Formats: sequence, C-alpha cells, structure tokens
Amino acid sequence: MLLSYLPVLMMIGFVTFLGVAVLFVSSLLRPQNPYGSKLSPWECGMEPVGDADIGHFRVHFFIIAILFIIFDVETLFLFPWAVILADKSISTLAFIEMFIFIGILAVGLIYAWGKGALDWL
Amino acid sequence: MAEKFFFLMFAVVAVGSALAVISLKNPVHSALSLIACLLQVAAIFVLLRSPFLAVVQVFIYVGAVMVLFLFVVLVLNIKKAQLETFPKGRRWFAYAIVPVVGIEFLAVIFGKSFTATGYEAAVEEVKVATLGRALFTEYLFPFEVVSILLLAAMVGAIIMAKKRWD
Repeated sequence: MLLSYLPVLMMIGFVTFLGVAVLFVSSLLRPQNPYGSKLSPWECGMEPVGDADIGHFRVHFFIIAILFIIFDVETLFLFPWAVILADKSISTLAFIEMFIFIGILAVGLIYAWGKGALDWL
Repeated sequence: MAEKFFFLMFAVVAVGSALAVISLKNPVHSALSLIACLLQVAAIFVLLRSPFLAVVQVFIYVGAVMVLFLFVVLVLNIKKAQLETFPKGRRWFAYAIVPVVGIEFLAVIFGKSFTATGYEAAVEEVKVATLGRALFTEYLFPFEVVSILLLAAMVGAIIMAKKRWD
C-alpha cells in the first residue's frame, strides 16, 4: 500500500538532486569575474535607491492571504463531501449542510467585499 | 523495517529544519525551513496511512499558511528584524518554560495515555469516504461550527487590517 507512494518520493528526490546538481556543475564550469557594476541590481538603467527589503509591501497582501487561507480550508471540506454524495442514505443531508456551510462563509465574503477588502488600491 | 528507516529519515529532517527555523537570523530563510519541515510532516502522515491529511498538510500549511507568513515577513522590515534578537529580559522566562514543556511532552509520550487506551496503528489506509461519512453523521455539528470559526477569523482579520489601510 505504502509502496505506491514511493514514486512520489523518488520524483521529489530526483528533482531536488537535479536542481542542486545543475547549480553545482555550473559553478564548476562558468567563468567567475565579479565586479561592482555587474553585481549591482539593474533597474531600467536607473541608479537603484535604497533597499528592497525594508517593508514596502502593503498590509493589503496580508488580508488577501487570510481570505485565501479561509477559502482554501473551505475547499478542503468539499473533498470528503463530494466523495460521499454518491451515498444515497446521507447525500440529501450532506448536500443541505454543505450549502449552509458555504452560505455562512459567503456572509464573510460579502462582508469583506462591502468593507472594500477586495479593492486593490 | 523499511518503514522505520523512512520514518527516521523524515523525522530527522523535520527536527533539523525545525531547529533551522528558530536559529536562522533571516526571517525569509526561517520561513523556507518551515516549508521543508511541514513537507516532512506530510510525509510522516503518509506513513501513518492518512494520505488525505498529508495532502491537506501540503495544501493548507505549505500552500496557504506559508504564503501568509511570507507576506507578513515582506510587510515587516527584514533588515530590522534581522538585527533584533530575543529580548534579554524575557530570556530567563524562556529558559524556565522549556524544561517544563519538555518534561510534559516526555510524560505524555512515555506515560500510559498513549498505550493503555489501545490506540493501535492503522493498518489500512484511511479513505476519504470514511472521513466524509464521519464528518456528515457523527461530527455534523462541529463541522458547522467550523464555518462560524472561519467567519470570525475572516471578520477579525479585516477589522484589524482596516486600521492600517485607512
């Protein structure tokens, strides 16, 4: 049973090996002569001003990520629901329950929409 | 036997990457180590015959939660976060709490609660249909409570972030 997952592990291992091997072999073969203007970031020919990693990102990214997580969890519950829908004995109940579930989360989506959390400023 | 080898492989990498999360200075490197750690935990879930949980681990934690962590790291000032270490005044508190939690964990692992109640390792794979049937019969009410919990999280996050973008 578990052996059926071995190809997945082998693929992950092979891809990781390949990625590391490409970097390693190219580090052996490429010419290395770094100098100041080659190492500086290129911004359409402008002189770069300041650093990129001092928190220029908006808090808006955070709210989009939170909404993404919540609807990701919702889809996670859709998988077992979709599988048991073929079972006649509980399918009606499960169908109604899932729509209540989605309905409650839709309230949150409408709230987010109304508050302007989905607008990109 | 082979299973034990794979478990040890995943467990050692998981503990190693978890140590990297707390010891690396750059928060982006810490976040990437946490991705490696969560992937190992997903592999351990496969070994425990719960492939659905393993996929969920990759879906939710590696896919969504880590995106959130990286966005938070980007909103922060990485240069400043790199310089900041754990505040000196609170260090004794951390040193005091680590042995307590450690002893607690060891007591749970080696205590009777794991073995005496007869939790046997699952031999068969847990099927998604089994999960679904349990979710929509036995755990129907907790399932609906989850939607309220998610709604509260969504509204709370919007209210907290709204102060920043106004």
